[in-house]
Amino acid sequence: MKPLLLATALLCTLTGVVHAQSSKSARPAAANGKTVFMRVGCYTCHGTVGQGGAGARLAPNTMPLAAMQVWVRGGSPGWSIARGMPAFPTTVISDSELADVQTYLASLPPPPKPDDIALLRP
Amino acid sequence: MEKKPVEPESVDRRSFLAGAATGAAVMLAKQASVAAAQEAAPTQARAEPSAQAGKAAGRPASDYMVDVFKSLGMEYMFSMCASSFMGLHESILNYAGNKSPRAIACTHEEISVAMANGYAKIDGKPVLVCAHSTVGAQHATMALFDAYADRVPVYLVLGNTNDAANRDGEVFWVHSAQDPCALVRDITKWDDNPASIAHFAESAVRAYKIAMTPPMGPVALVVDDHMQDEQVPVDLRVPRVAVPTPPAGDSGAVAEVAKLLVAAENPVIIADRAARTPEGLKLMVELAETLQAGVVDSGHRLNFPTRHPLRGGSPAQADVVLALEHGDISNVARQARQRNAKVLSISSTHLFQRSNYQDVMRYAEVDMAVAADAEATLPALIEEIKRQTGDARREAFRQRGAKVAETNRNTYERARTEATYGWDASPVSTARLSMELWAQLKNEDWSYVTGWVNWPLRLWNFDKHYQYIGRAGAEGVGYYAPASVGAALANKKHGRISVSIQPDGDMMVAPGALWTAARHQIPLLVVMQNNRAYHQEVMWFQREALLRNRSLDLAHTGFGLGDPNIDFAKLAQSMGVAASGPISDPKALAGAIRRGLQVVKKGEPYLIDVVTQPR
Repeated sequence: MKPLLLATALLCTLTGVVHAQSSKSARPAAANGKTVFMRVGCYTCHGTVGQGGAGARLAPNTMPLAAMQVWVRGGSPGWSIARGMPAFPTTVISDSELADVQTYLASLPPPPKPDDIALLRP
Repeated sequence: MEKKPVEPESVDRRSFLAGAATGAAVMLAKQASVAAAQEAAPTQARAEPSAQAGKAAGRPASDYMVDVFKSLGMEYMFSMCASSFMGLHESILNYAGNKSPRAIACTHEEISVAMANGYAKIDGKPVLVCAHSTVGAQHATMALFDAYADRVPVYLVLGNTNDAANRDGEVFWVHSAQDPCALVRDITKWDDNPASIAHFAESAVRAYKIAMTPPMGPVALVVDDHMQDEQVPVDLRVPRVAVPTPPAGDSGAVAEVAKLLVAAENPVIIADRAARTPEGLKLMVELAETLQAGVVDSGHRLNFPTRHPLRGGSPAQADVVLALEHGDISNVARQARQRNAKVLSISSTHLFQRSNYQDVMRYAEVDMAVAADAEATLPALIEEIKRQTGDARREAFRQRGAKVAETNRNTYERARTEATYGWDASPVSTARLSMELWAQLKNEDWSYVTGWVNWPLRLWNFDKHYQYIGRAGAEGVGYYAPASVGAALANKKHGRISVSIQPDGDMMVAPGALWTAARHQIPLLVVMQNNRAYHQEVMWFQREALLRNRSLDLAHTGFGLGDPNIDFAKLAQSMGVAASGPISDPKALAGAIRRGLQVVKKGEPYLIDVVTQPR
């Protein structure tokens, strides 16, 4: 049993270290992502916490970075405020900034359920 | 002379003929109201109006003009004061004792007209709006265009010095026009520049009649400033007015529309300005329930209760679309043609259009166009549908209605879920703002007089006609603040609580409306939707710059309303309106709304500045 316990403890420790490192790097990335999200003007259509507005909801259940890159770089042809979005080139938002934005959106907590909000009960 | 509101006659649903007559009955009730006002109006004599009539009776013509306006049931005069209608203004104050019409002071002609727009949409009839012929009309035009595009009766009187010999100096010259109504002719249904007092009498009642006949719209009448001071001919009486009954669809067309609707498997009703009156809302419900068809409310009036199970539906999947007093349905018609579906239009706009301004919309290739007022046509249409519906179809209708109701429930649940996103965000989400308001309004007699935010229509329970009057007809910025004040004034006599969710950019166009609300004790809760930008334009700038592969760094230059931030509470307070804010924390909203409603219930306006999410 001893080797198993040791291995489990080691795994937990390593996992903890990795998680801690991940959180440590995610926090500044998320903070920077929020700054970029506001500076570039993503919030104008998507809301400051990605809740949606004129544009789609981005959080929670944030799309993976690869999918987000397709949307942001490609946009939608024939874009107007009512549908789709314009393409954002790297001169406006770099790849690393976009990754931080994705991290920021993914870090946002899910909202309460409607029945848990008194004002939204029928 | 205060008038009680006229309750429309109820529909006798058992009789086709009686049903068909109901639209006329509603109009007759309104006519009776005007006729009663006319009976009560003072008259000097009972001869026919005539340009040659009589000699001096010792009182100024503007007194007589007031009698005419009084006879038309004009309860108020909204105006920014001006010398060119001073005679009329003096008569309202000193001859009529500032009652019916009562003078309401405005700080801009755009405010006067937009207030009249909001008032008419609640009360169903116009007030008197007075303005200078040149500089006043020029200020008034955008608000007049909103009313024109929105089919709202606005009654505009323009003071002018017609006779050049009477223009006493430079200002009189620049404040006079040869044809004052030329400026507004493209955005009014009718205008005139009467050459005599008798001519004025006829034109004044004719203008009212035209404004009130669907499709309703603004009218303009010039009153010469010197004519206001002339002596009233002794034998001049106030002409009677009989507002025409609204045009109903002919029986053959109505029967054909009914036949197509009864045979349809999946009909959908689109309504934009169909419910002109409370009775119209009831008829819309009866139509939908008879057919068990979904109703898409395009939102320029409350055409259908928001929580009714039949609210909703997809025109893109319908085999028959019935469009009532609709806006642009060209896409609906194009898609329908591709799948061999039919589109039927009943609208009074088929009867009247002007050329210049393009509110005519894209041409829609419909299968039937009935040139008639939808509300007046509904009783006959409902009865005809009932007559043509057998038991088998009724069962099919029932099953169809159950499906629409299920979709409606899902739509409502989706709206509740979507409202949770950003619930605790700061700035405040527009969903949170809306529901904080609803929590304190839902047990009151309320009226959501204006607002750009769509959450109330998704989540509140609107089931009375006066609870919603739509948006700016021409989407002119500067409508919401004054139209809210006008609508709130119309609601005041009923003791209703008027509430607006007020866009910040719109408020900055016409903030003087707040002073009018304070000066005349008009109860209105103004809740700012303060996103600190002309936000729509910010998004358009982003689009433009990105299409050109250029920077977004200056996206708020020329579009933002921050730096410095506008303190709307102080703005309101400076004009005598109690206020609180700015509020960015959603948890602080409930208390502010509670305090605001206490003030409004005492008969005063109150403003809450809420810093909100962009949308």
